[in-house]
Amino acid sequence: MNNNDSNALLRLVELQKSFGEKHVHRGINLTLYKNQIIGLFGGSGSGKSVILRSIIGLERPDSGKIIFEGQDLMSLTERQLQPIRTKIGFVFQNGALFDSLNVEENLAYPLKEHTDLSDAEILLRVNEMLELIDMKGANKLLPAELSGGMQKRAGLARAIILKPQIILFDEPTAGLDPQNTKRLLANINRFKAQGMTGIFVTHDIPAAFEIADQIAILYNGKIHVVDTVENIRKTKDPLVQSFIGEMILQEKKE
Amino acid sequence: MDGLDFAGGFGMLVYDIIKELFRPPFYLKLIVEQIFSIGIKSFSLVAVTALATGSVMALQFGFGLEKFGGKLYVPKLVALTILREMGPVFTSLLVAGRIGSGIAAEVASMKITQQIDAIRALGTSPIKKIVIPRVVASLIALPLLTLFADFIGVFGAMMVSFHELKINSEFFLVKVVDTLIIEDLLTGLAKTFVFALFISVTACWKGLQTDGGTQGVGNATTWVVVTSSIFIMISDFFLTKFFIITVFRHG
Repeated sequence: MNNNDSNALLRLVELQKSFGEKHVHRGINLTLYKNQIIGLFGGSGSGKSVILRSIIGLERPDSGKIIFEGQDLMSLTERQLQPIRTKIGFVFQNGALFDSLNVEENLAYPLKEHTDLSDAEILLRVNEMLELIDMKGANKLLPAELSGGMQKRAGLARAIILKPQIILFDEPTAGLDPQNTKRLLANINRFKAQGMTGIFVTHDIPAAFEIADQIAILYNGKIHVVDTVENIRKTKDPLVQSFIGEMILQEKKE
Repeated sequence: MDGLDFAGGFGMLVYDIIKELFRPPFYLKLIVEQIFSIGIKSFSLVAVTALATGSVMALQFGFGLEKFGGKLYVPKLVALTILREMGPVFTSLLVAGRIGSGIAAEVASMKITQQIDAIRALGTSPIKKIVIPRVVASLIALPLLTLFADFIGVFGAMMVSFHELKINSEFFLVKVVDTLIIEDLLTGLAKTFVFALFISVTACWKGLQTDGGTQGVGNATTWVVVTSSIFIMISDFFLTKFFIITVFRHG
């Protein structure tokens, strides 16, 4: 992978964020390159999801810069962020499907809002996407009629149907059983094969190792390390080992 | 502090609504859906309440005034009271309870399940998709519901006057038409614009602020109904005084 600045799609520069007395981010620096997926680990409450929400503007950092397409997203108003958000997909932890709309309407939503496609063309794209996420025929189901895994897959499909440049995954496998986790990861890998850039926030270390090209660890409000999956596996860093140690031990046993 | 927080938040939301109202895209279909949800679905409740209110008022005024030989004033008094006060206030209180709580619950549920975040993350505006349709629909539906309630209330009074007070219906209607001026109706409807704006913006604001899971949704719903009801009762006094000074004393 060619990680030079011309390939950098997103740069987080010295992000600071506090919630009341709690200083969550103390200078986050992270660069995301094209066709790279970063798996982001951190302890509970360390602010992993806040990083993703800050990138897409759902949270406002107290200071720092978020550089995307040559502009600092922090300087944009809510209205100015709207077209930017069509280029950054966000996969919510629980899918966040619109519960008054069925699956087809949920997936069609971004296409209806941001494209001039006809209803027939939209339906074609939606059906193609449903097939890719193994939900063919689920068009008329409401979110309440879907399993947790199906909701997450539908949420994933809705987030990427506009083919955004960057995809942000917020704990996508949380709460899923192993079979549904495997299915979701297979779906993500299918999209990754077509070229995908993103950040994958998770507690699920094996999932991150399967999807990610690089691993970043958030500790004490800063990015402690960013390195390739292989280097992270071999590291002697005690902090990194505390996150992934058990997984490595399990692999060795196997 | 909570009052200031609400006042500030309410003001900011009104500002956001005005900013977004005339900018494309326009979601007319959503507004129509909300008019149906707020207006049409409230018809039967408003009809029953208005009929009962008009009937009871005719009864109370009728038997009360009969002692002083004033039974024939019932049509005038009932019509004036319904159009200027009871129609707008009772209908608005009903709508605050039914619609205000419904909007608050719906928006709060969307907030806690991250659907509001999803609207934003997908490059659209919750103000345009959620708030504006509900506010505009309320501003259209509540005055129309009040007009309907006024009619039904006067009709109910006329029926009771005929059956209980032996007041001829033709006499009733003549007296109503002779007494009422257009300002009686318009001032009543003008109040409903104020009430509709308050109920809908308050419900949307509270819903958007909700956190704390399902308990938060319940708390938001209750808070909206209580706050809206108190506002309607208090502001009705000031609006009535305003119209008496500006409209009726000059009329």
